[in-house]
Amino acid sequence: MPGPFIDDAQIAHARTLAEEIVNPIFDLIRRNTTVSIERTVLRFFGISGAGARGVPLANLMVDKLKAAGVLNRGAAYWYGRALHLGAKSPLEAVERLTALPTDKLGPLSPEVEQNLRAEVRAEARSALEDMKSRLAARDALRQQFPMSPAPHKYVIVATGNIYDDVDQARAAAQAGADVIAVIRSTAQSLLDYVPHGATTEGYGGTYATQENFRIMREALDEESIKLKRYIQLTNYSSGLCMSEIAFCAAYEKLDMLLNDAMYGILFRDINMRRTFIDQYFSRRICALAGIIINTGEDNYITTADAYDAAHTVIASQFINECFAKRAGLKDWQLGIGHSYEIDPYRDDTLLLELSQAMLVRRCFPDAPLKYMPPTKHKETDIFFSHAYDVMADLVAIWTKQGIQLLGMMTEAMHTPLLADRFVALKSANYIHRAARGIDEEFTVREDGKIANRARDVFGQAMKLLQECRDEGMVAAIGKGHFGDVKREETGGKGLDGVMEKAPDYFNPFLEILEAT
Amino acid sequence: MVKPSKQIIRPYGDRRDDGVVQISFTLPVPLSEKAKEAAAVFTKKMGFSDVKVAAAERAADNYTFFIVYARSGMYLDYAEIDVPEVIVKKMSFDDLNAFIKEKVGRRIVVFGACTGTDTHTVGIDAILNMKGYAGDYGLERYPGFEAFNLGSQVPNEDLIKKALAKNADAILVSQVVTQRDVHKDNSRHFIDAAKAAGIHGKVQLLLGGPRVDHKLALELGFDAGFGPGTKPSDVANYIVHALLKKEGKEPKDAHYQGEPA
Repeated sequence: MPGPFIDDAQIAHARTLAEEIVNPIFDLIRRNTTVSIERTVLRFFGISGAGARGVPLANLMVDKLKAAGVLNRGAAYWYGRALHLGAKSPLEAVERLTALPTDKLGPLSPEVEQNLRAEVRAEARSALEDMKSRLAARDALRQQFPMSPAPHKYVIVATGNIYDDVDQARAAAQAGADVIAVIRSTAQSLLDYVPHGATTEGYGGTYATQENFRIMREALDEESIKLKRYIQLTNYSSGLCMSEIAFCAAYEKLDMLLNDAMYGILFRDINMRRTFIDQYFSRRICALAGIIINTGEDNYITTADAYDAAHTVIASQFINECFAKRAGLKDWQLGIGHSYEIDPYRDDTLLLELSQAMLVRRCFPDAPLKYMPPTKHKETDIFFSHAYDVMADLVAIWTKQGIQLLGMMTEAMHTPLLADRFVALKSANYIHRAARGIDEEFTVREDGKIANRARDVFGQAMKLLQECRDEGMVAAIGKGHFGDVKREETGGKGLDGVMEKAPDYFNPFLEILEAT
Repeated sequence: MVKPSKQIIRPYGDRRDDGVVQISFTLPVPLSEKAKEAAAVFTKKMGFSDVKVAAAERAADNYTFFIVYARSGMYLDYAEIDVPEVIVKKMSFDDLNAFIKEKVGRRIVVFGACTGTDTHTVGIDAILNMKGYAGDYGLERYPGFEAFNLGSQVPNEDLIKKALAKNADAILVSQVVTQRDVHKDNSRHFIDAAKAAGIHGKVQLLLGGPRVDHKLALELGFDAGFGPGTKPSDVANYIVHALLKKEGKEPKDAHYQGEPA
C-alpha cells in the first residue's frame, strides 16, 4: 500500500476525537425516537400495506398514536395492545386501535403489560428470523456466483419507471456493471412516508418503494444466475425515512444503501436531531442485514472547492465511521465516500487526487471505500469528459477502492444513455485490467508532492476534528464547516416527528439489534 | 438592409467541404452482421453517403452500439444565419457567482416558500435547496446567493415580514395545488400583502409552479413567472439580471438567454 504518510498514533488520535464528538449525540439518540423509527417497527411486524389514497398503514397508525399523545411508549407496545383487542391481521390491528377512544389507551395491569411485552418480543424475534432467512438466500446466491474483483463498478439507472429501469439495469449488468443504483425521484427524501407499490412515474428518478426494490432485485437475481456473477443492488436510505428504507431494503435483499449520518442535514435541510436519531436505527438494520453503507462526503466538494475543502472530507469520514461502528457496522460494510473533483485546469491534479485517495485508503485500510467520479467540472465536450473519467478509473484501481461509481461522459447533459454506460464500463474494465497491482510496483516518496499534500490535508482535518470536539458537532455544522452549509439544531424539516421516549418506551427490535 | 454575400459551408473532416460527420447511436438488436447492415441503412436513410460503420459493439445482449462515419451532401449559407448578438448567454454556476461578485458586490438575498395552504415543497425545494434539480444546483449552493427556504403552508404576510427583516432582493412564491384556482387566489392575496407592506415594485416578486407561466404571473402582479421544467440556474440568472437592471447597471431592454417570456 502506498505510503504511511501519517503516523499510526495520529490516525488513532483522529478516531478518539471522533468518539468524543459523537458521544454527546448518543445521549440525544438514546433519549428520543421518531415517527419514522416507529413506522419501521410496524413494518417489521408486517404492516407494509397502504390504505385509502395510497397512505401507508404504518403512517396511519403512527399518526393516530402521535395525535393521541401516546406514541412515546413505542409503536411496538401499541401493536401488542391491538393484538390483545383480538386483531387477526395487521390491517385489523390498525383499524381496531385507531377506532379506540383516547381514554381507553391507559396502561393495563402490570401482569398483563408484562405478558404483552413478552408476546411482542417473541413476535419481533420471529420477524427478525424471517428477515435473516431471506438474507441467507441472498448470501447463498453471492457465494454461488462470486462478484468480480474490486473496484466494483457501480452505475446508475434513473428512468422514473421501474420496468424501464429493469431493462436498463439488465443491459448494464450484461455490459459488466457490478452494482446497480436506482436513483430516487427528485425530493423523495423530503416525503415523510415511503410510497407504496410499483411505480412508473418519477421525476429525475424512480420512487424507492418496497415493491420496486423487489422487482429490481428479482431481475438482478436472474441476471446474476445468467451471468454467473452476482450483481449488487443499491438505493438511498436518506431523508425523512432513513430507517424505513433500510427496512424495505433489508427485507428485499438489497446489498448496499447510501446512508450518511449528516447528508440530510446539510444537503436536504432535514432537521439535525431527526437525522442523527434516524441514522442510528437505520444503521442498526444495515448492520444486521449485511448491507454495505455508502457515505456522502463526495457531496462536500461539489459545494465547497475540492482542493480547499479536502480536509472536511477526511474529518467527516472519521465521524461517519464512528457513528457507523457505534451502530454495529463492521469495517467491510463501510463504503466511506470520497471523489475525484479537483478542478482539472489546475496543475498536478492527478497527483493531488492520488494523494487524497491514498490518504483515505491510509486512514481506512479495512473499509471498501466508495469512490465517486468527477461531476462539478464536467464538460459537455464528451471526448474530454471521457478522458477525465478514465483518470478517476486509474486512481480507483491504484488506491484499491472497493466500490467505484463510474463517470458518464454525458454527465453534464442528461441521464446516461444506454451506450454511455457501456462506454464507461468498457474503459473502466480496461484501466482496471491494465493497472491492477500498480500500487505494489510503485512506492510513493515520503518527501514528495503526494505525501506532503496528504500530511497537509490530514493536519487540517485534525484541526477541524479538534474544533468539532471543543465546540460540539451542532456548533460546527452551524458554522458551515461541512460543505459550506450552515444548519441550526432546531431548523429544517422533520423536527416535529421527534419525541422523547416515555420511561416505559418499548422497541423490541432495537433491544435485539443492540444485543447482537 | 443589404444582404451579406453568400457563405456556403459544410462540415470539415480532413478536407474542405468533404461533409464528413461522426455519429453514434444504439440499436435495440443483438450484435450481428445484420445489425451492422441495419446501422448502415439507418445512416443512409438519414441522408448520408459513404457510410462506414467504424465500430459495432455489444452494449448488452440485445443492444448494439455503433460509431459511424459518413458524408453529408447538405450545405448551408452561413450568411443567412441570424442570431441576435445582444443576448447575454445564460451563465454557469461558477460564472454566475463570479459575475455576482464583480457586478453586485454582495450576496443576493432570496426568500422562498409555498404560501397559503399549499403543502407541496417539491418546487421550491428544487429551486432553493443545495441539491437542486436534475443536476442543476439550488440557490443555497451559490456563494453569490443567501437563500432562505421557509417551507410550506407559510402565511403570505409571514413570508413578506421575514424577507423584509433580511432586506431580501427577491421573494419566490411557489404554488403547486391548483384545484379551483386556489393558486391564483393565494397569489393575488400575496400581491395585496406585498402592496400593503410597500414592497411591490421594489423587491423582485417571482411566482413558480406547474400551472404557472410568465404571462399569468405578470397578470397577477408578479415580476416574473416560472413554469414546469424551470431549473434553479434559470431563476438564478433571472434574479441577477433583474437586480442589475434595477440598479441601473444593465440596460432595461437587455435580453438574455432563458429569460421568462
